[in-house]
Amino acid sequence: MMGGYVEGIIAILCINLIFAYGIYLTAASGQLNLGGAGFQAIGAYVAGVCSNYFELPIVFSVLGGILGAGLIGFLISFPVLRTRGVYMVLATFAFALVISGIILNSEFLGGATGMVVPAYAPVEVLIFSTFIIILIVFWLMASRVGLAMRAVHDDDVVSEIMGVNVKGIQVFSFTLGGALAGLSGALYAHHYSFIEAQYFNAVLSIFVLLFVLIGGTQTAWGPLFGASFFTLVPEILRLGDTEWRYVIFGILIVLMMIFRPQGVVTRTFVHRASKIFYRTAER
Amino acid sequence: MLGSIYVTVAVAFTLTIGILNFLNFTIPAIFMITGVIAWAVAAHWLPLGVDGGLAWPLAFIIGIVAAVLASLIVERFTFRYLRIRHGDATEHAIPLVSSLGFLIIFENLVLIAFGSEAQAFPEKFKSDFYIGEIIIGLPQLMSLAISLLVVAFLSWTLKTTNTGRALRAIAENPDTASLLGVDVRRIVPLVFLFSGLLCGVAGVLFVVNYSDVSPYMGEEVGTKAIAAMVLGGLGSIWGAIAGGLLVGLLEALSIHFFGADTVDVAVWGTLLIVLILKPSGLFGASRIGKGKL
Repeated sequence: MMGGYVEGIIAILCINLIFAYGIYLTAASGQLNLGGAGFQAIGAYVAGVCSNYFELPIVFSVLGGILGAGLIGFLISFPVLRTRGVYMVLATFAFALVISGIILNSEFLGGATGMVVPAYAPVEVLIFSTFIIILIVFWLMASRVGLAMRAVHDDDVVSEIMGVNVKGIQVFSFTLGGALAGLSGALYAHHYSFIEAQYFNAVLSIFVLLFVLIGGTQTAWGPLFGASFFTLVPEILRLGDTEWRYVIFGILIVLMMIFRPQGVVTRTFVHRASKIFYRTAER
Repeated sequence: MLGSIYVTVAVAFTLTIGILNFLNFTIPAIFMITGVIAWAVAAHWLPLGVDGGLAWPLAFIIGIVAAVLASLIVERFTFRYLRIRHGDATEHAIPLVSSLGFLIIFENLVLIAFGSEAQAFPEKFKSDFYIGEIIIGLPQLMSLAISLLVVAFLSWTLKTTNTGRALRAIAENPDTASLLGVDVRRIVPLVFLFSGLLCGVAGVLFVVNYSDVSPYMGEEVGTKAIAAMVLGGLGSIWGAIAGGLLVGLLEALSIHFFGADTVDVAVWGTLLIVLILKPSGLFGASRIGKGKL
């Protein structure tokens, strides 16, 4: 029903969207996670192991990937949250590199040759999961927890004084963010049927954080825009895999930071946009 | 022994972060530009009629000049622009993100211009001598000496000269510094000039030690240098030196005992453990690098 080319783009878009929402959740409560690829790799490999060695059905292996990455996110959040600012960015970065290094050196996980994941998840599964995740994140950001996350993002000291459990919120968003990145990894593993440690590299971590920061961390629309824009535009421009595509990507990043430093989709932007719809509805 | 190269690049990182609170991700690209430009000049420059390229000392100088220019371009479009528009731009992740943008631009422009293969530098620098059983490479020894010399000079400049005092004032508080008559807009490019220079020297040292260049040489060295800087503690020059040597040592030891694939785990694992035990690095000033991103 869909052409292979379109299907391929939709699949990678879905994976990027879920991944970006994982990184967004941590960023929304004020922490930059430059270790996204590490969490994605954990999700992918846990799913791969569940499917390969224990022959679990896809639903359970994906669930395993989510839980695995979420658990690691929970555990690593305590030491990582002791660090601040640049130190935190680099601690998460170091975490991702350690994970990919461990996978590369592990015989059990296939090492440098990678791992075949036989159970196949069709693109419809990816689309469905992406919709669910987007709905959950929007709901979460509209809830009291989302409000607390935004408060911690804007000023952690004041939120603490106002009675927000800052540490709890940070651990929560780190864990949930890790779990979502794990989900994207598990779906990647089952859709492409093959995973290798080299794919989950530093560049991937950097790009997904850029999707989120450029889209904007103030509202849940930000990563939706960021991930879609940077996944689809190169395809629309038909630039293929040439280096010019990356040069244009770089120039766009610099320009966007000059003109929209808070991200393309900000809170005021969403507010204004919703007003337009509100007015037309009234008439 | 990559230690001395890590030291030089790590000092470049620590300088921009210590004075401007700016994690400049273009540094790996600038390091790479030096090497690639030096190679291009030495191997292919003036192909019109002239046989071969320029002599290697000239090529190195042109490489370093290119690095400094690239660094100043980055200053113009990331730091200065954002500072003018948004006041204290370093409060946000903005300069960090733009510098990542520049990293992508530089790397891929070099890829387009020179292709992705590693290229051999025409001049080989090889002369080893023995002290008892130990082989000591003259280039390696020279690199260590040169990088320490450059860093010592920098450290002396920061401590004793007027410019150094102005730079340290900016590091303390940019607003107060400018109130007290420091011309922040004139001084800030100096930081980028220095860090470009350091990257240039490191790039030349890399070429001297390995005799080949590639568009990807910056990634490996750059990330290790970041690890070195964080290990030593942000903003501390001596910390960066200690961190650089430590990373070089860890790398050599892990290759020797466990094989080449374990280098990343050893270096980044150590970094992670150090950060868990001491969240501001080994010698870091507790003030620097903890601002909100």
